Amino acid sequence: MLSKRLAAVDKTRCVACGVCENICPLGAIKVHRGCYAAVETGRCVGCGKCAKLCPGGCIEVKARPEA
Amino acid sequence: MKKKHWYDYLWIWSILYFALGFFNILFAWLGMIDFFLPLVFAVFGGNKFFCNHLCGRGQLFSKLGGELKCSRCKPTPRWMSSKWFRYGFLIFFLTMFGNMVFQTYLVGAGASSLREAIKLFWTFRVPWGWTYTAGTVADWVAQFSFGFYSLMLTSLLLGLIVMALYKPRTWCAFCPMGTMTQGICKLKNKE
Ligand code: SF4
Ligand code: SF4
Ligand code: SF4
Repeated sequence: MLSKRLAAVDKTRCVACGVCENICPLGAIKVHRGCYAAVETGRCVGCGKCAKLCPGGCIEVKARPEA
Repeated sequence: MKKKHWYDYLWIWSILYFALGFFNILFAWLGMIDFFLPLVFAVFGGNKFFCNHLCGRGQLFSKLGGELKCSRCKPTPRWMSSKWFRYGFLIFFLTMFGNMVFQTYLVGAGASSLREAIKLFWTFRVPWGWTYTAGTVADWVAQFSFGFYSLMLTSLLLGLIVMALYKPRTWCAFCPMGTMTQGICKLKNKE
């Protein structure tokens, strides 16, 4: 079962610091080639820990789009 | 839970660096590691492995601001992580770095004399003479140490201020090294 909610990164504002990658308990978010963070949608449970600490303020926890 | 790596303890290095410079300013040169290593990863690896895993300063802010709750954990103001501010600050920082190198050159060329002081926020001069015995090394080597340590301490203090006010690692939103390495990665991986 996938969670109802999920983290979404605004790539244009991400500073690729890696705060989210380091805090995520599930390893569901990683910095992609030093450019921006990418969420692995199948793993993310939408807990919001990454969004709480993101210094760029560019993560939002949203309702998971219907498959 | 995540496995701990040896590099999860690099925040200790960050503290050690400033402590060493308190006793002998020549240790300031070690900070060049934190200057070149991120660039090496960005230029040759096309990644921000340094920022993401090795930066002691980032880890220190996470510890103080996160675990020790020295941060209000409020959102970073939007302009602070905007492109113009980040790149503007990078240019400002590089200009100040260039100026510091020029001062070093002047001392080396004998055009000005060694000043045993550090300058905080590019403005306030703080006597720091006890950390150096004149004549130990060439004057320019010492001058660079004072200049570089000033930059490092100034940026640490700025980082601590924004940590307290906003998120633990708000500094990383506009850290010149972070901006520069992300810029290089973007060029390398052409979005
Ligand atoms: S914490 Fe925010 S700014 Fe930093 S890499 Fe993750 S999404 Fe990007
Ligand atoms: S919302 Fe939670 S699970 Fe999803 S990426 Fe962020 S920290 Fe990881
Ligand atoms: S952005 Fe600066 S302070 Fe933050 S992890 Fe990278 S080099 Fe360290």
